[in-house]
Amino acid sequence: MPRNTVDLPYHVEHLSILDEKGQLDKELEPRIPDDLLLGLYRAMVLGRRFDERVLSLQRQGRIGTFAPTTGQEASQLGAVAALEPSDFVVPSFRETIAQIYRGAPMESVILSFAGYNESAFLVEKAKDLPNSVPVGSQVLHAVGIAWGIKYRKEKGVAMTFFGDGGTSEGDFHEGMNFAAVYQVPAIFVCQNNQWAISVPRSKQTRSKTLAQKALAYGMPGIQVDGNDILAVYAAAAEAVERARSGEGPTMIECETYRMMMHTTADDPKRYRKEEEVEGWRKRDPIERFQKYLKDKGLLSDEKIQAMESEVKEEIQSAVDHAEELMKKYNDPLEMFEHVYEEMPPYLEEQREQLKQELAESGQEETHG
Amino acid sequence: MAKMTMVQALNLALRQEMQKDDSVIVLGEDVGRDGGVFRVTDGLIDEFGEDRALDTPLAESGIVGMSIGMAIYGLKPVCEIQFSGFAYLAFHQIECHASRMRWRTRGRLTVPMVLRAPYGGGVRALEHHSESREAFWAHIPGLKMVIPSGPRNARALLVSAIRDPDPVIFYEPKAVYRAFREEVPDEEETLPLGKPHRVQEGKDLTLISYGAMMRPTVEAALELKEKDGVEAEIIDLMTISPLDDAMLVESVKKTGRAVIVHEAPRSFGPGAELVSRLMEKAFFYLEAPIARVAGFDVVIPLFSKEKAYLPGPQRILQAARKVLSI
Repeated sequence: MPRNTVDLPYHVEHLSILDEKGQLDKELEPRIPDDLLLGLYRAMVLGRRFDERVLSLQRQGRIGTFAPTTGQEASQLGAVAALEPSDFVVPSFRETIAQIYRGAPMESVILSFAGYNESAFLVEKAKDLPNSVPVGSQVLHAVGIAWGIKYRKEKGVAMTFFGDGGTSEGDFHEGMNFAAVYQVPAIFVCQNNQWAISVPRSKQTRSKTLAQKALAYGMPGIQVDGNDILAVYAAAAEAVERARSGEGPTMIECETYRMMMHTTADDPKRYRKEEEVEGWRKRDPIERFQKYLKDKGLLSDEKIQAMESEVKEEIQSAVDHAEELMKKYNDPLEMFEHVYEEMPPYLEEQREQLKQELAESGQEETHG
Repeated sequence: MAKMTMVQALNLALRQEMQKDDSVIVLGEDVGRDGGVFRVTDGLIDEFGEDRALDTPLAESGIVGMSIGMAIYGLKPVCEIQFSGFAYLAFHQIECHASRMRWRTRGRLTVPMVLRAPYGGGVRALEHHSESREAFWAHIPGLKMVIPSGPRNARALLVSAIRDPDPVIFYEPKAVYRAFREEVPDEEETLPLGKPHRVQEGKDLTLISYGAMMRPTVEAALELKEKDGVEAEIIDLMTISPLDDAMLVESVKKTGRAVIVHEAPRSFGPGAELVSRLMEKAFFYLEAPIARVAGFDVVIPLFSKEKAYLPGPQRILQAARKVLSI
């Protein structure tokens, strides 16, 4: 008869392994080698301390606007930890912690926040793409890379990151659709941090979950506790396995929280309540992971202490180095490079004009 | 009369138009509760409610496409694209529909919408937050492209843009947003779209600019007067397209010399069109080739080098002196 229910073989799972009180679901606990566990913990701490440090640099006017990451350590690291160095990460603009974990020197991050195109020189070998600021636009690039991987019969995967806001953009939907149609090895990691500047998740979409958007495109979607690094890792590892074995793309929604402002140019007090932030503070990703590692006997207060001071020193030396590099990278003529492979004659003329201008002004005035 | 920044003046324009006409709807990302990232829409949600200061999902094409529908229906949407560098996600809606609905329907349907977006460099921002791409829009038939230069004309031009029967791209120079204050009358004030403004009369040289570049242009003119005894005529275009060249032609016929200043890249920029118009209509009055002072033909560098990219008084002075020396 005409009004039958279409039987869709789909559902959305929610995965939580290590809850906010540090309680562990032993059956679901992923098998992760000890050194990787400790490495991830260290990366989380480094990410948090780095965020704090660059925020203070920004407040002192030593760097410009940037997008803080505090609170999203597990959501980012759990995902990229499941990748090989030879895979591709296609980030938005808040994946700083993941980028550092994947080998981007902290100096390059600081330099880019300080407005230096030269920051790109410091990221040489990575296959990962640079930040993409226009929201959601990078999703399609991951699909293109993944299509290439499939075409060349390689084993890699392309993992792209975007936020809850990004799921409203057309490019996100087009990317999901293409990936599913072509069954490419792409992984869509949504950093659902509940806020797109001032717009809450509830006003971004009426969907109950973001993960369910995957179902409309015919790919599996899973929602995970994004502050539970074990859950994020388990979901990512599963998606990587699926992608590598030729079974197509996956979307992972990490439910996390933007603990800080959207960028340093923003004041969240205008649109959200402090109590909400406090509630999420209790669900901190680092604290529960620390407890887990202590329970496992992998971490002690002394070790944590040592790690903290090590990380602090590492960050300090990156800041010092970045400030030295800023002095080195002070040539405005650099702006004419890399527009084309070959510089057109009129650009040469313009470059010459600026060169002369700089010589005449003793370079003082025109320097930023 | 109150002394206002451009942000406050734009806010006044929106507020008063919304008070007068309930078909005026402000929409965009963060324009409601947050009052816009630059606070241009501050307080509108409190005065007019969520339906008239509408926070949208994060989708530029969605914002513009929906505005087109609203305008066709009979409303007057004033949508905000948070930074002009994100307007390209809506390019096809503007090019394929907003600009040509009147043309396509032979006048049956029109799109009286305004797209507001901050543009330009000088505020130490991230990539995509500093560019000056007005030439894209000026190139599209059926669109109006307006750029104010100060608080008072920003308010008057925005009111006119909202009332205009055609789609208007309204670029706000973010470097000017809070740079200075001007007296802005509380009572209604409009400025006609498509008409430039003579900022200062002069007989020796015509300086033509708009938007954020008006300040260095005026500064250069002051120095020309003090150091060289040159009386420059200064014209603020205010509307880039459709371009009314009558005042420009008249001015160049008088001075015989012109310098055009914009921060948009030089090649195929608005200056190229201005030079062509002047060549066509005032060629025999020219004493020297017209000079363009513009952004270089590169992507505007990240902010540590943006000062070297942006035209400043020195670059304008140098061009002016060269033109005057011929």
